Amino acid sequence: MRLSYPTNVKVVKVPCTGRVDVLMVLKALESGVDGVYLAGCEIGDCHFLKGNLRAVKRIAYAKELLKEVGIEPERVEMYHIATSDGPRFAQVAKEMTEKIRALGPNPVKDKNKAFKA
Amino acid sequence: MIVGNRKPLEEILEMVKPYKKILLLGCNECITVCAAGGEREVGVLASELKLSRAKNGGEIEIKEHTLERQCDFEYIDQIKPFVDDYEAIVSMACGAGIQYTAERFPGKVVLPAINTTFLGVTLEQGVWSERCQGCGECILHLTGGICPVARCAKSLFNGPCGGSSNGKCEVNPDTPCAWQLIVDRLKELGQLENYEKIIEVKNWSTSRDGGPRTRVREDLRIPKDS
Amino acid sequence: MKTKSNIERLLEKGEFVVTSECGPPRGSDAEAVRKKGNLLKEVVDGVNVTDNQTSVVRMSSLASCVILKEMGFDPIWQLVCRDRNRIAIQSDILGAAALGINNILCLSGDHQSFGDNPKAKNVYDIDSIQLIHTVKTLRDEGKFLGGDELKGTPSLFIGAAENPFADPYEIRAMRLGKKVKAGCDFIQTQCIYNVEKFSKWMGEVRERGLHKQCAILAGVTPLKSAGMAKYMKKNVPGMDVPDSLIERLAAVPKENQAQEGIKICVEMIRQLKEIEGVRGVHIMAIEWEEKVAEIVKAAGLSPRPA
Repeated sequence: MRLSYPTNVKVVKVPCTGRVDVLMVLKALESGVDGVYLAGCEIGDCHFLKGNLRAVKRIAYAKELLKEVGIEPERVEMYHIATSDGPRFAQVAKEMTEKIRALGPNPVKDKNKAFKA
Repeated sequence: MIVGNRKPLEEILEMVKPYKKILLLGCNECITVCAAGGEREVGVLASELKLSRAKNGGEIEIKEHTLERQCDFEYIDQIKPFVDDYEAIVSMACGAGIQYTAERFPGKVVLPAINTTFLGVTLEQGVWSERCQGCGECILHLTGGICPVARCAKSLFNGPCGGSSNGKCEVNPDTPCAWQLIVDRLKELGQLENYEKIIEVKNWSTSRDGGPRTRVREDLRIPKDS
Repeated sequence: MKTKSNIERLLEKGEFVVTSECGPPRGSDAEAVRKKGNLLKEVVDGVNVTDNQTSVVRMSSLASCVILKEMGFDPIWQLVCRDRNRIAIQSDILGAAALGINNILCLSGDHQSFGDNPKAKNVYDIDSIQLIHTVKTLRDEGKFLGGDELKGTPSLFIGAAENPFADPYEIRAMRLGKKVKAGCDFIQTQCIYNVEKFSKWMGEVRERGLHKQCAILAGVTPLKSAGMAKYMKKNVPGMDVPDSLIERLAAVPKENQAQEGIKICVEMIRQLKEIEGVRGVHIMAIEWEEKVAEIVKAAGLSPRPA
C-alpha cells in the first residue's frame, strides 16, 4: 500500500497517546504549528489498557484551555485509528489538514517572536 | 499550609479512657511543619499518655506511626496490616486527615488529637499566622495582596472599620489591622486609587456557604473501563 | 425630598439638625424605651436607636424604633452587618419601611468579642458600605440585591457613621467618599474631642466636595469625669481625647467634673457649628440622656424648628 498523505503533517512518535501531555499540545501551538491531532488506538484496544482513554480526556481539557485563550479548539483533535488501518490514517491526515486549512493559520504564528528562529 | 494545635492532654486522656491499645497516627505534611502532629509530636503525646496512665496505675500500649499523608488513601492504607491490633486510632493529622483515616476504616474508632485552625504561613520559628480562608474567589489583586476575608476580624471588603488604631485591630492589639496593611501596600505600589473603588458584595457561594466543595479535573481522572 | 424623614426635611430647609441616641434596654420592657424617649422629647430632631451596641444583647433596634415612633419621634434605625446576612438585611429594611421608619444608619457593628456573647459566630456577609448601597438599590432602583424588582420601595434616608480619628488617617476622607458614592445621604461622626483634627478632616472633605453630597452631623459625647476621659483615650480604639481636655477636667473638684464636662460639650458644639460643611450635631450622651436637653439649650439650639 503506497498510500500518500499531506506532506504538511509532521508525525511525532510516542509509545502511546497516553504519553501525550496537555503541555505538549500547548507548546506545539505556541511554536506555531496550525493544529495538533493524536492518532490513538481504537477504544478498547490500548496496549497499555487506558492510554488512549486518558488521551481523550486530555484533548478535551486542552480544547477547554484553548477556548479560554480564544484559539479555535478545533485545532486540536483526537482520532482513533487501528495500527493496521493505513487508509484510515491517510484519510484522517487529509481530513485534519482540510479542517485546519479552513480555519486558517495559527493566529500566534506571526506574532510570537519568541519562537521565530 | 494547614495549621493546627495539639488538643490539651486532658481532653485526649478523656477520649482514650476506654482503650488500652491505641495507634497514634501522625502526618508528615503541613501538621509536621507547624509542629503539631508530626513524628516528634507523636512521640511527645505517646510519652505523655504513657506517663499519665502509669501515674494513675493504668496501662496503655501505644504504637507510634507517622504516615506520609493522611489525605491520600494510598498512604492511609499502609496501616492496614496492623490496624486491627489496636482498639482505637488517635490521629494527629488535620481535620481532613483525621476524617479520611476514619473513612478508610469504618469499623475503627478514630479520635482527633488536633484542633485544626487555619491556612497560614510561618512568621518565624514557632510562630504561624493565618492568611487564607479558602473562600473560593480570590480578590488579592484588588487589595494589595492582603486578604481582608482572612485577616480582618470582620472580613470587611471596604474597610477599615472605626476600630483600627495605630495599625492594630481593635479585637486584638497584637493583630495588625488588615486594612492598614492594605492601604500601606497600595501606597507602596502606587495604587492608592484602587482604595477608592467600592468592592462589591461578595459571592459567598464559592466558599463553605455553598456547601461542601469538591474539585474535579476530568482530564486527570482514571478512565473507566470501556 | 427622597423620603418622609424629618431630618431630611430640616436639612433641606437649611436648619442645623440635632440628633441624639437611645440605647434599647437589656430586657423586654417597652416602658424603659419610653422613659428614655421622654427625656429627649421635643429636644432633638431625630433619635438614633442602637443595634446591640458593643455586641451586648439588647431589645431589637427596630422594635425600639417603633415604640419611639409611636411617641412621635422620627427614629434613626441603626442596622449592623454583624448579625444578619443579606437576606435578613433586605427583609428587615422592607419591614422597617413598612412600620414607618424613615431613617437608617448603616454600620458594620462592633465585633462580638466585646460583648456578652464572645463565642458567637459573626455574619459580615456584606459590609457597611455595601449595606449603604443595598439600601440605595432597594430605594432608588427598586431592585433587590438578587436583581428582582420589588413591589413597594422602602423610602429611607440613608446614613452612615464615620470616624475621622481612626487609622489610617490618610484614607479617612477617601473612605467617606466611598460611602457617598455608595449612596449615603448623611453622616454622623464618632465623638469629637479634638476639634482641630476634625477641622483638618473637614477641610479634606470639602476639598472633595463631599459636604455638598451628604450632610455631616458632628458627633459629641459629654464627659462625666476626668476618669471617663482617660478611660476613653486609653481603651476606646480610634478615640482622640487631647490631654488638655483631661487636664481641664482634672483641675475641677470631682463633684463638679460632670458639669465641666457638659460645659466643654456645649463649647465644642458651638465651635463645630462654625465649621463649613457641618450641618448638625449628634449628641451621644451614653446613659446620660437626661442631660441632652440641657446641652441643646445651652448650645443655643433650642427650641427645635417645626
